[in-house]
Amino acid sequence: MPDIQLEVNGRDYEIKDIAPDTPLLWAIRDHVGLVGTKFGCGGGFCGACTVHLDGNPVRSCSVLATSAVGKKVTTIEGIAVDDTVLHPLQEAWIEHDVPQCGYCQAGQIMSAAALLSKNSNPSDSDIDDAMSGNLCRCATYIRIRRAIRTAAAKISGNTSRTGGNV
Amino acid sequence: MNQIPTQDIIEEMENTRPGILDLRVVDRRTFLKLTGVTSTGLVLGFTIRDAASPVFAAADNEFTANEFVRIATDGNIYLYSKNPEIGQGIKTAVPMIIAEELDADWSDVIVEQAPINEEVYGRQSAGGSRSLTTAWDQVRKAGAAARAMLVSAAAKEWGVPESECRTEASSVFHDASNRKAAYARLALKAAEEPLPDLDALVLKKRSEYKLLGKRITGVDNHKVVTGQPLFGVDAVIPGMRYASYLKCPAAGGRVKSANLDEIKALHGVEDAFVIEGNNEPTELMPGVAIVANSTWAAISAKNKLKVEWDESQATKASWTEAQKNARDIAKNKSGDVLYDIGNIDGKFAEAEKSYEAFYEYPFLSHAPLEPQNCTAWVHDGKAELWAPTQRPEQGGNSVAGILGIDKKNVEVHQLRVGGGFGRRLMNDYMCEAAAISAQAGVPVKLQWTREDDMAHDFYRVGGFHALKGAIDKEGKLSAWHDHFITFMGSNKKPVTGGDMRNSEFPIDFFPDTRITQTMLPLRVPTGPWRSPRSCGIAFAVQSFISELAEEAGRDHVEFLLDMLGEPRWLEQGNIDAMNTGRAARVIKLAAEKAGWGKPMPKGRGLGMAFHFSHAGHFAEVADISVDENKKLTIHKITVAGDVGPIINLSGAENQSQGAVIDALSTTLGLQLSIENGRIQETNFHQYPILRMNKAPDVAVHFIESDYRPTGLGEPALPPAAPAICNAIYAASGIRVRDLPLSKHGFSV
Repeated sequence: MPDIQLEVNGRDYEIKDIAPDTPLLWAIRDHVGLVGTKFGCGGGFCGACTVHLDGNPVRSCSVLATSAVGKKVTTIEGIAVDDTVLHPLQEAWIEHDVPQCGYCQAGQIMSAAALLSKNSNPSDSDIDDAMSGNLCRCATYIRIRRAIRTAAAKISGNTSRTGGNV
Repeated sequence: MNQIPTQDIIEEMENTRPGILDLRVVDRRTFLKLTGVTSTGLVLGFTIRDAASPVFAAADNEFTANEFVRIATDGNIYLYSKNPEIGQGIKTAVPMIIAEELDADWSDVIVEQAPINEEVYGRQSAGGSRSLTTAWDQVRKAGAAARAMLVSAAAKEWGVPESECRTEASSVFHDASNRKAAYARLALKAAEEPLPDLDALVLKKRSEYKLLGKRITGVDNHKVVTGQPLFGVDAVIPGMRYASYLKCPAAGGRVKSANLDEIKALHGVEDAFVIEGNNEPTELMPGVAIVANSTWAAISAKNKLKVEWDESQATKASWTEAQKNARDIAKNKSGDVLYDIGNIDGKFAEAEKSYEAFYEYPFLSHAPLEPQNCTAWVHDGKAELWAPTQRPEQGGNSVAGILGIDKKNVEVHQLRVGGGFGRRLMNDYMCEAAAISAQAGVPVKLQWTREDDMAHDFYRVGGFHALKGAIDKEGKLSAWHDHFITFMGSNKKPVTGGDMRNSEFPIDFFPDTRITQTMLPLRVPTGPWRSPRSCGIAFAVQSFISELAEEAGRDHVEFLLDMLGEPRWLEQGNIDAMNTGRAARVIKLAAEKAGWGKPMPKGRGLGMAFHFSHAGHFAEVADISVDENKKLTIHKITVAGDVGPIINLSGAENQSQGAVIDALSTTLGLQLSIENGRIQETNFHQYPILRMNKAPDVAVHFIESDYRPTGLGEPALPPAAPAICNAIYAASGIRVRDLPLSKHGFSV
């Protein structure tokens, strides 16, 4: 079984003796030891495991760890500006009190972050398109949408699109 | 297979009456004395009631007022949340109540999960929307007691009467002398104060609340959005191995043989073995366990397992057969009488009109997004578990039972739950993890897959209602008959979630009512699903009331208000009994906010429904357009609810919106097919939970009445399905009497 090197959140991790069919999800959770990326369905249906591969959102349950070699993997633990300043989406999620159980939210934020990195002023249908791969069993969709608008406004410097408090 | 104990679980959840829990107070001097620990190092908190039970470690520079409040001299105020957080927001709401009575500044508060010990904390489960209401008096007194001790300490220091002191924002004030002392500074002196008489504490009036009713973001939100370890699946303990477990897809099947040698030879696999189990679905069913060096190794080895099952005792259940039987019975039989109130035969005989309809709803899965999992370490006659469970204490007891050890030797650590919905009131995954750890001799994290979760749930039971109503000369409902066709457990009673109680609308208040029941055999494990009973019954009953209103030529809202009659609390003082006055108010508010009665364009309609469940009065109005292809546009769903004073407005709105969209999701497209004892749906592609692009606007309005506050995890859900179906009828003239809507070609 091969040894591989993964770059996750700007750090290199050596993973020894990994089965070649190991999904990136489990390499991140069990081998790298970052557990913010969640397992929900194993089939790419729910989006709880969404991470960025070279900036693009992927379902890490459905991508082989070996195929991430040489690419930049970004997880929920890697999107804050630093230890004290969160990503605008993370701030907006707290401001709007989005989570209920919270299990899907890392994946939701990663999908939203990929959207905003390419389009800082998304329309409602842009948001729906980018977010429809992510299930929220608690159905916090109304607040997710509102939080994305708040973060987008902050990023684009346009505060007129904010969705109000919480 | 043994059937799960009928009804025990829901009854255990729901018969917990508020206000009977006593506060068990621990004070610092008592445990200092008990432990003999002097001023250095850590001390352990002990309750007065049970000196042998450690509550939590407290540093020696802290004031541990009781099992809910710990105040550190650095200014941090630790509040303990005793119930599992399953997404219902209890970990924020209950500490808010403590902080209110304590007059703690919320920014000083750090909320921690309390250790699991019902001897100390009383009820520590999450279910039945009971956590808030059962904790209400207990935690208010805990906060007030700590506050009283801080006031005493300040008054003594200043040489002033306690009555001249007031508290605010984590400080005691003596305004006359312009003095102020922070709780942090008073903490150690307060620890020396005697415990106040809990029954003599004066609790705040609602008008005095500063924190309750505000919007407070969830206490774990920062950890959630930064991906910090929090949930059951995130547990990592030293030496931990990873486990998977395969059970027979038809419950009750046993392992005849399995290719264990092949499996053991696979990369990363360390052990594989058969577990016989105790054949209790809520505990340990037979299966094959795999222990490996990673989750993926355990899961991929499970995918390669070849098991020959002995299905001689397994369920052969078929939902299509059950449906056919139920439909035949509805036509040919009248059922056994459950309730017979008034004189319905007379009322039907003299009725101007009678009307009947047959309703049915399917089996559902809970499908919480976090698949079942548990981390367990069983060794030397002891078991330690880290679990995302809704009933931790009960889980520990089950584990003790299957391991044959004393329950005192089982310790359960409560982890955040990635979705409950009632599924994790059952602790089968805890028993499995413990059994695997015991046999393998190593600590293990058991990880179910989504497929495991869909195949081995305790499903929301489907049901059937042959409904009949009589309308008198005045166009009012004069008699009600529901022949309820449900399923029977091994004890000859309805299965869990499949019973009819007189708390279901309109049994407990309508004068002429008969409920009859027929039970069919169907061996499928069932359990409580968000708003057990009401989640299905409300669809049938509240849709039918809309049909009756139309038959009577009446407006639905007026017809409904007539049914309720004069405002009255059906059982004075019992918060679980409906209050027809509260019901009428939410119905009127929902109607007003949704613009009930306004002219609607062709193809668009409003649908109303009310339901009372889990101590919550909720009325909802759906505003829906239906096009010629049965495509729905859901413009808005308006919610009016009365659950007493709102604790956390943000959480309350979130719960209500979530419950309504959950109901929409279910009503539109969710159902399980059961054939040959097997659930046919395996993952989300076959169980299409609603996605964001289909999520409608949900406007929530609360009537903050002065009744005891009650929970919000469930009661906003039941009215949504009938409101949606009534709106579809209003828009299109198509009446849907069996769910989901997708069966009839509707889509969003």
